[in-house]
Amino acid sequence: MHTNEPTNRPHGVMAEFDSAQAVVDAARKTMAHGFTKVEAYSPVPVEELNDIIHKSRTVLPKLVLGGGIAGMATGFILQYWASTIAYPMNIGGRPQASWITFIIPSYELTILFSALTAAIGMIVLNGLPQPYHPVFNVDRFAMASSDKFFLVVESADPKFDQQATAEFLRSTGAKGVYDVDE
Amino acid sequence: MANQSHKTALLEETPVILPGHDFETVTETVAEIPLSKRFPLGWIGLLLIGLAGAGMLHMALGYLVLKGIGIWGNNVPVGWAFDIINFVWWIGIGHAGTLISAILLLFKQQWRMSISRFAEAMTIFAVMCAAIFPVFHTGRPWLAAYWLFPYPNAMGLWPQFKSPLIWDVFAVSTYATVSIVFWYIGMIPDMATLRDRAVSKVKASIYGILSLGWRGSARHWHRYEVSTLILAGLSTPLVLSVHTVVSFDFAVSVIPGWHATIFPPYFVAGAIYAGFAMVLTLAIPVRRFYGMESLITMRHIDNMAKITLATGLMVSYGYAMEAFFAWYSGSPHERFMMWNRMFGPYAWSYWTLIAINMVMIQLLWFTKVRHNTTILFVMSLLIGVGMWLERFVIIVTSLNRDFIPASWGMYYPTQWDFMTFFGTIGLFLTLFLLFLRFVPMISIFEVKMLLPQSKVKADHAH
Repeated sequence: MHTNEPTNRPHGVMAEFDSAQAVVDAARKTMAHGFTKVEAYSPVPVEELNDIIHKSRTVLPKLVLGGGIAGMATGFILQYWASTIAYPMNIGGRPQASWITFIIPSYELTILFSALTAAIGMIVLNGLPQPYHPVFNVDRFAMASSDKFFLVVESADPKFDQQATAEFLRSTGAKGVYDVDE
Repeated sequence: MANQSHKTALLEETPVILPGHDFETVTETVAEIPLSKRFPLGWIGLLLIGLAGAGMLHMALGYLVLKGIGIWGNNVPVGWAFDIINFVWWIGIGHAGTLISAILLLFKQQWRMSISRFAEAMTIFAVMCAAIFPVFHTGRPWLAAYWLFPYPNAMGLWPQFKSPLIWDVFAVSTYATVSIVFWYIGMIPDMATLRDRAVSKVKASIYGILSLGWRGSARHWHRYEVSTLILAGLSTPLVLSVHTVVSFDFAVSVIPGWHATIFPPYFVAGAIYAGFAMVLTLAIPVRRFYGMESLITMRHIDNMAKITLATGLMVSYGYAMEAFFAWYSGSPHERFMMWNRMFGPYAWSYWTLIAINMVMIQLLWFTKVRHNTTILFVMSLLIGVGMWLERFVIIVTSLNRDFIPASWGMYYPTQWDFMTFFGTIGLFLTLFLLFLRFVPMISIFEVKMLLPQSKVKADHAH
């Protein structure tokens, strides 16, 4: 949203690190210092970072279970309805509702629905696709997909103070500290 | 004793990635290919060959649609021939990709990381080629939608769910969808890498759109890891089910040589065997021409050769059991089927497949053979031939002489059969070459996870 007053409020302060170990150590110090609105960025998954910063696990597995159950139900109900109600056919004198033969399509749809939930759920929960994010305003951030690790303390943090936060991040062993414009 | 330590030393000398790599060099080596402006002559030459094949496929299928499936060699009694042979052959090849990306991920086999991306690409392209055959065997592919898929149509028709053929539709279409999704999800972080490194604005935008704005935050990665682990867990039972269901197309019938309980595991093992041979066929030239020897090392080649050997032995066991069951069943039709395979008019195909799949693969017991890429490459091509012949033998020799001698007949493929088959190889080659050129062929972020830079020591304070 555009307002006439320039906001001047930055997104936060970003610190750069060389290795997963360095950014994990810095994240621990930052959280211990009392910051709460923190995010880390890395070229590879570092499982510890989520545990340290967000301290919570994703709801995705439960969604996938739901997707799987929905898939199995869809498969079974579809076949039962089509074979007994909508279009009954006598095939070799077998019962119309010969459920054993329905297992395979139900099984495949269980997997299809769970897999699509796992994939789409991950994308949606991550808020993707998201073409713009303030962190991309920092030129050095292009290295976040190559070989550098970044830690951002956001301005939404109650303890945020541009000068003091930058000083603090420098003390955690950062190779560089940058302001992130909104 | 000295020999033992020599062997251990040999194993230690072939790491998963050769020393000297760090994050930057891995990114550079892999990202350089899709981002470069060069189109190497060899690549263009092969692409032209591939396109010529794809054009031939187009012609063969166009003529089929005009004239009907009578242009193929299929007849009575051999109602199923090249169409299903090639379908099973391609679907089988696809299995190695999912095995590498899913099952080996669950088993934490780190060597899979450098080969998973292009093995998955191989899977997807192989499934595309496979799907062409049953769809065009219907003769009117534009009507196949309501024959194959359950959707409410104006005629009030529904598919027949008691048939293995409809199970196959569900298995293969699920397999294709999940493979494409898994492949794309696996590429998102690498697309972000290409976006950030691209010099040209156009490339940066295209890879940027494909990356969905990925920025690698801790939250993103956490959900990403959970998602890919679940996808791997789901793909594992899926891939085992696909060839099982393909084998039901045969095993549920009463034709001698098809009606056998060994078919599901025998087909799955054969699929993985053919698939790993195809990964070797592709990996050996690719690592040479793109200078990827430090990322796809002899360790990978060696491991893949070992899996080929192991699954090849399972397939050999399947051949032995088929012969045993035919004898032990006491059924004259089963016994005759086996005699017909071994000594009938198609005996040459049976003995060629035994020579390749049972005898030749024994060479893979030797380290020297597994470390000689030229021999391995030739062997992997021959295994492709052997597995094609396996399907030919199963399908044609069971059908051509069935219960009543009066209905016996011979099957000869026509030029259209061959044009369609070699055409799909051309299509596969085309798609694979485009993949090599425009997509990171090795998973950049996964290979980085093997490097010390991404390792974190356990925190003892907590």
